[in-house]
Amino acid sequence: MLLSNDHGRLLSPLGSKITLGLLLSIAVLVPLLNLAVPPGSVFHVPTYLVSLLGKYLCFALLALSVDLIWGYCGILSLGHGAFFALGGYAMGMHLMRQIGDRGVYGNPDLPDFMVFLNWKELPWYWYGFESFPFALLMVILVPGLLALVFGWLAFRSRVTGVYLSIITQAMTFALLLAFFRNDMGFGGNNGLTDFKELLGFNLQADGTRAGLFAASAVMLALAYLLCRWIVCSKVGRVLVAIRDAESRVRFLGYRVEFYKLFVFVLSAMLAGLAGALYVPQVGIINPSEFSPANSIEIVIWVAVGGRGYLHGAILGALLVNYAKTYLTGAAPEIWLFFLGGLFVAVTVFLPKGIIGSLPGLQGRLQSVLLRFGLPGRTAG
Amino acid sequence: MPALSKLFRLRAFAVLIVLLIPSAASAELAQDLQALTEKSNATKVAAVESLAAGGHERAVPILQAFLAGRLFQVKEDDRMVVAEDSAGGYRIFDAMTGEALGEVGKRKLRKVRINNRLRQAVKAALGALTLGSSDPAARIQAADAVFRSAQSDMLGPLEAALARESDLKVASRLARALAATELATSDDKATRLAAIEALAAFVDQEVRAIVSGLLIIDGEGRPAEPDSDLRAAAAETLKTIESKLAFNGFIENIFQGISLGSVLLLAAIGLAITFGVMGVINMAHGEMVMIGAYTTFVVQEVFRASFPGAFDYSLLVAIPAAFLVTGLVGIGIERGVIRFLYGRPLETLLATWGLSLILQQVVRSIFGPTNREVGNPAWMSGAWEVAGGLTLTYNRLWIILFALLVFALLMALIRFSGYGLQMRAVTQNRPMASSMGIRTGWVDAMTFGLGSGIAGMAGVALSQIDNVSPNLGQGYIIDSFMVVVFGGVGNLWGTLVGAFSLGLVNKFLEPYAGAVLGKILVLVVIILFIQKRPRGLFALRGRAVEN
Amino acid sequence: MKSVIRGAVSALAMAGALAAGAAQAADDVIKIGVLHSLSGTMAISETTLKDTVLMMVDDLNKNGGLLGKQVEAVVVDPASDWPLFAEKARELLEGEQVAAVFGCWTSVSRKSVLPVFEELNGLLFYPVQYEGEESSRNVFYTGAAPNQQAIPAVEYLMSEDGGGAERFVLLGTDYVYPRTTNKILRAFLNDKGITDADIMENYTPFGHSDWQTIVSEVKEFASQGKKTAVVSTINGDANVPFYKELGNQGINAEEIPVVAFSVGEEELAGLDTEPLVGHLAAWNYFMSVESDVNDSFIEQWHAFIGNEDRVTNDPMEATYIGFKMWAQAVKQAGSTDVDAVRQAMYGQTVPNLTGGTAVMNANHHLSKPVLIGEIQDDGMIETVWSTEKEVVGDAWSDFIPESAKLTADWTYPWVCGNCEAPKYVTN
Repeated sequence: MLLSNDHGRLLSPLGSKITLGLLLSIAVLVPLLNLAVPPGSVFHVPTYLVSLLGKYLCFALLALSVDLIWGYCGILSLGHGAFFALGGYAMGMHLMRQIGDRGVYGNPDLPDFMVFLNWKELPWYWYGFESFPFALLMVILVPGLLALVFGWLAFRSRVTGVYLSIITQAMTFALLLAFFRNDMGFGGNNGLTDFKELLGFNLQADGTRAGLFAASAVMLALAYLLCRWIVCSKVGRVLVAIRDAESRVRFLGYRVEFYKLFVFVLSAMLAGLAGALYVPQVGIINPSEFSPANSIEIVIWVAVGGRGYLHGAILGALLVNYAKTYLTGAAPEIWLFFLGGLFVAVTVFLPKGIIGSLPGLQGRLQSVLLRFGLPGRTAG
Repeated sequence: MPALSKLFRLRAFAVLIVLLIPSAASAELAQDLQALTEKSNATKVAAVESLAAGGHERAVPILQAFLAGRLFQVKEDDRMVVAEDSAGGYRIFDAMTGEALGEVGKRKLRKVRINNRLRQAVKAALGALTLGSSDPAARIQAADAVFRSAQSDMLGPLEAALARESDLKVASRLARALAATELATSDDKATRLAAIEALAAFVDQEVRAIVSGLLIIDGEGRPAEPDSDLRAAAAETLKTIESKLAFNGFIENIFQGISLGSVLLLAAIGLAITFGVMGVINMAHGEMVMIGAYTTFVVQEVFRASFPGAFDYSLLVAIPAAFLVTGLVGIGIERGVIRFLYGRPLETLLATWGLSLILQQVVRSIFGPTNREVGNPAWMSGAWEVAGGLTLTYNRLWIILFALLVFALLMALIRFSGYGLQMRAVTQNRPMASSMGIRTGWVDAMTFGLGSGIAGMAGVALSQIDNVSPNLGQGYIIDSFMVVVFGGVGNLWGTLVGAFSLGLVNKFLEPYAGAVLGKILVLVVIILFIQKRPRGLFALRGRAVEN
Repeated sequence: MKSVIRGAVSALAMAGALAAGAAQAADDVIKIGVLHSLSGTMAISETTLKDTVLMMVDDLNKNGGLLGKQVEAVVVDPASDWPLFAEKARELLEGEQVAAVFGCWTSVSRKSVLPVFEELNGLLFYPVQYEGEESSRNVFYTGAAPNQQAIPAVEYLMSEDGGGAERFVLLGTDYVYPRTTNKILRAFLNDKGITDADIMENYTPFGHSDWQTIVSEVKEFASQGKKTAVVSTINGDANVPFYKELGNQGINAEEIPVVAFSVGEEELAGLDTEPLVGHLAAWNYFMSVESDVNDSFIEQWHAFIGNEDRVTNDPMEATYIGFKMWAQAVKQAGSTDVDAVRQAMYGQTVPNLTGGTAVMNANHHLSKPVLIGEIQDDGMIETVWSTEKEVVGDAWSDFIPESAKLTADWTYPWVCGNCEAPKYVTN
């Protein structure tokens, strides 16, 4: 079985087992505790917690996709939020079409924002989104295609390092500005909202929320397996080699740009899926998801958790987002001090992120995680 | 309430004085003054005109006070007064006589309301009264006010003023006013034709508005000017004016592009050092700009409190102050955080992002989240009217100069100073420099401080055109990175050329594509350009490039 | 297998820790939520409103609280992040069990929390002028609808006192409020005989800072022989650089007046207003309004915030009215139950700060006076024109064909926010 194989030192089997075990058990347990346990009980998980955790899991999937390219291939994308948002918009468009004539103006074809901007007919790029399979395809294809074109241009001309990071930032910034424009037909700053149902299930219902949560957890687990499989495969070794010394790999006769392109496109698709799962759970998709600051934050989740450890990315996303949720409620006036301080402290004191620093930090944990192999260097 | 009792005494005295000069002119003045407090704006306009026509010596100060919002009515006895700010409220003077009446609290007075319509009427009236002023600037203002009001009774005074005018600039404005007034009020076709032709010499948008006003066709297809000869002449004049305006507009567009470029340069130049030269992905760069702007605010507050007379020089103090403050903050950051991260450039991104959040919150906690007012000194307000349709605003002109000056000083420092030499040595080959005895740690700290300090100076300039709020830096950080990367990391000349070319491209796209699409196009251009030249406009050559 | 069990235990522990954060509401206090951004781009405007709510709560508690209980404000920071608004709204309603929420500024933040409030039957008091086209059972809109701000302002500009403008530039930030307002204005202007050739519409992104080109374009557009006025729906941060450019390029208010719907005392506090004297703003409240209740409000605000220089503005008045009305409705209903309070809200009156009376109408919008003011050199806005009496807020504009046929009325027999016919037929 895949899990029991030794894939060398890149990923410890134990860490993977814990991650997968956790993911699959919360996929079952959280919905169960939400739906089956009565609200009075201490074991009851309130619905708001379900959608909150669901949101975190989507972020974790997004962080995973960034770790795949940054941690294993050295591509620092400061524009990955764009792929996430595109996936989210594709799903949002499907959800908008599902509203049908239940919008405030009761127009069966046009979403409300088009009605009041005087649009007479649905723009062509909205065609097909009423079908769920088509929307799902677009969730993967649109980010994938953008990544393909962008990556093909960038990797072919050997744009690397900060230059690549900054042009990914330019890409997401340009998309941000474009989606802000009301003339684009994506609802401008208000984005897409007021969703009613997905595949016939009412999005406000507890059952749907629990289902979406479970879907996110399972999706994250599958994506984790996929990433793990890739980084443990021969391709994965080439990727790590590219990260550590791109020119040498090229001199050895590998077509570096194809490897990079492959993993970049795959990562974009995963990010798109994360966006698609995110939108029905939070109920809105808006251009601010494209904002460069968001993309930087994703990179920070990965760095906090531990770059180059797939479960590190997941842990980082969960931890930072939980901290944000907790602090914005508990210390609304000064929470930025804590969050900013956390980022600084992690960089200075835990340069390999939390997972990466665990062995050195705690001897006891180290003995438990004896086979926890040290991964390659974390610095590019 | 000593001030108030004093007021009563003075009031009795003033009433006595008024009673002692029972002239008809004063009675009329008093009547017009009272009419200014009426609710109907039409009555007020009539009162303004009557004040001007009455020719009373107090008419000009009263109208000027009214225009400046300094005309009040004492709530208690409805007396009209002119007020000046004082420590305890207002220092008031009787409007009729100019008699000082002491100080009163702000709540004791009722302001005589003025609005745009009245302001226009007052300016026209004052224009008529001040055509003969000894100050050329006041005469220009008067001529322009008369030009805008275009009333027939001004024809005589205008001709007289034009005849005795020796200042060429004022004469031209008077001629413009005369032509416009003749065109608007004369019944004689020949006079009007001549006026239209005369107007062709004045290339500006207001003249264009008057001339094109003749050609407007209303809803029922009737032209505003019934006479077809006049319309033909107007069309001819309009063509001349518009072709000149178009050319001026083109020049103005170039200026605006350069101006945007200089803003980009200022914002990016500090980053070109911390990021470009030192390799720190400095996400806190924007916050350094913001701290510079807040330093300006603090310096100006000190000036307002202690040296209000020298306010115009506050920026000259703010520039070195901002350089020092942000430079020290930068050195602190470098010693406290960044120095542990050399060799791990991508992690500096994480740490500086954290720092930027902290700095924003620090400023928000100290100064509050709202905008702070940073004033423009007089020499940075207003615009230089080079020609009609071509106005270069002073603040932008100064910022262009300032950006170039900062750039030149920085280049000189790096090229010619001992520190510059050490800095170049450290950034090119750290171990070698170190073994030559250069204190690399000191050079790093100084360099980061220098980059931050320059960002702080940029903040002084940006405080003149933008919000001074905790978010100020966020608006410039992305643009700064684009400029540095476009120009080529590690090359200051690249930053210079990059900033100006992006500024110009942006401003030439904007009129056609709109502000948003223009910006998107610029970003796409950058992305495509980096494909062509993966290391920016001015790529560094050599072995250091590969890794 | 062992590891899977271990994983499950950890998951439970994590969920438990999260749930512990959500304490149940204690019996002796009434909790209300404050959902305003304290960081990020909107902090600049919203922080003041958070302070206003805290001031009102403070005042209420000093006067004996509500229903014999103290009121506790639960402040959270949604950080100008729209999905975070929804998350925080859910936390306030489900976790903190708040009786009402005062919050939101931007349209998108309202749209983001709207489904949450409707699902959980919460109560939101929204204090900012907005584009209308909405009436939710769970939201009370205490800011102006377009008919309480935009249309009177344009009517004023076209009047003799306003300069008799015949040509209009509609400048806005590209989002739904300016788009809708300008759409309504265009329909209104066309109605008044002003053709599309005399209307210029231009949109810029949020935080736009380089206004050189646009201000030049406005000058150009204004030089075509007809009196021109600018209607600005430019939002927030972009206003300061806009007005600075306007002042420097020498556009003065007598030639080209600019009337703004999003610029209040707070925005002007960051500016030297000397070159802007005479430009206009349309609101339902100005700090300069002379009334006793306004004087004491300003005094209370200065005492609470500890700074004599802080200004008051229209959204603060809207927050004030909303809070007072909620407190009155709670007293009348004798409970904080949302359905009971909502019923008690209809027809509730509160003296507004301009000396009139604010009434909550059945469409969840207030009746408000419309004031047009001119900017003064001290950063204040002085009223130059006002409506004779309060104008009823219109949820659905009469100038948009699709919405003209809709009615919002939450009382019997309509009981609907967007219906063409009453829900219940009486006979």
